[in-house]
Amino acid sequence: MKRNSVWVASFTASVIIAIVLLVAGTPAVTANDQPSAANAAVNIDNFVFGPQTITVPVGATVTWTNKDDIPHTSVSTEGVFKSKVLDTDEKFSYTFTKAGTYPYYCTIHPKMTGKVVVQ
Amino acid sequence: MTDKNKDLIDQNLQDLNNDGVDRRGFLKCMAWAGTGLVWTMSGGIPTSRAFAKTNGKSAAKSGDFSFVQISDSHIGFNKPANPDVTATLQTAINKINAMPHTPDFIIHTGDLSQLSKPSEFDTLDQVLKGASAKQVYFVPGEHDMLSDNGEQYLQRYGKGTKGSGWYSFDQKGVHFVGLVNVANLKAGGMGSLGHEQLEWLESDLKGRSASTPIVLFAHIPLWTIYPDWGWGTDDSEQALAYVKRFGSVTVLNGHIHQIMQKIEGKVSFHTAMSTAFPQPAPGTAPSAGPMKVPADQLQRVLGITDVNYLVSGRSLAVVDSPLADSTSAASGSGGGAGGR
Repeated sequence: MKRNSVWVASFTASVIIAIVLLVAGTPAVTANDQPSAANAAVNIDNFVFGPQTITVPVGATVTWTNKDDIPHTSVSTEGVFKSKVLDTDEKFSYTFTKAGTYPYYCTIHPKMTGKVVVQ
Repeated sequence: MTDKNKDLIDQNLQDLNNDGVDRRGFLKCMAWAGTGLVWTMSGGIPTSRAFAKTNGKSAAKSGDFSFVQISDSHIGFNKPANPDVTATLQTAINKINAMPHTPDFIIHTGDLSQLSKPSEFDTLDQVLKGASAKQVYFVPGEHDMLSDNGEQYLQRYGKGTKGSGWYSFDQKGVHFVGLVNVANLKAGGMGSLGHEQLEWLESDLKGRSASTPIVLFAHIPLWTIYPDWGWGTDDSEQALAYVKRFGSVTVLNGHIHQIMQKIEGKVSFHTAMSTAFPQPAPGTAPSAGPMKVPADQLQRVLGITDVNYLVSGRSLAVVDSPLADSTSAASGSGGGAGGR
């Protein structure tokens, strides 16, 4: 009798825990082949956007931070977004509401290019 | 090159390496410049002996004149590479004022400001007011185009210019052309002149006698120095084709904050030092950004360019000099520009 009730108790506990987890929602899992968190960061340093290509889910906000000692900009080549001039430590954010590929560059130093992939 | 000269250069290369300022690539360029001027090393910067011959009012003929090129003042920059760019600009102006001859005018080849701010342009104007030469000609750098495609720059310095600020003028028979290659830059590209400006240049030069000396000045180099860092102009070949027929063409640029020279046929290309901070030689650093040097050496890697035109030879002698050389103490950089 006693063994039976222990077994029932632990099984019930597992079910309850499972239900709670399902209701609460699983925490975001970061896998290499999946879009990552809803906020992503691009660092600008040494005349380079890092990472040069960043992949984010629809609705994500990308924030560029200029860590260089020279001003830079982040401007979409298709006119989708355009930062003001970012001096050292200044930031620019843009929220991507549509899936697609968004190439961009620095209008001051046009050899600096990057890409945001939204999927 | 004689063995003695070669030894002198090697010796100075060693000194320079101890200083931590790499001039190896630059010196290689100098070795095959072949201008016929005798170069001596002074403070690590080659200076031309012709400078001593051509200055002095007694030697001048009425058609002779001179002007000074300064570049990349970056007023507003305040990082470790130079926390006081206004002071070093003032030193450059003091140096111009101390020259035995007053230049006819000054040419500023761009990056007047760091962020195109009105206060930065104001400060620049204030310092230039104290120059012995009152006439200053400008072309913008990419740092001057940061507010609404250069609106601030054009309002202040664009009178009588076309498009993004190009124009030409004549001085004692020499034809000067100020070009703008920092507007509408395309992703992945270098400097760009654009179709409209090239068409204007063609018509501006049309009909001029081939014996007219031509001076082109623009911010980004009009020849390809280092594409990875954007040191070149994508469509400059067309511009250079228009000047090919002239007997003497001098191209003056800035942007790279170091001296580079090239001679191709009758065209001499020359880039000037900055008055604000130096940049590394191509490929010697992760990026083209401001290069830090020991504070007591800063004024040796900043400088001005004196250009002397001799009507007798219809030639221009281009001579660079640093703000300070190793044999003299740094000339009065003084305090800040405030109140002066």
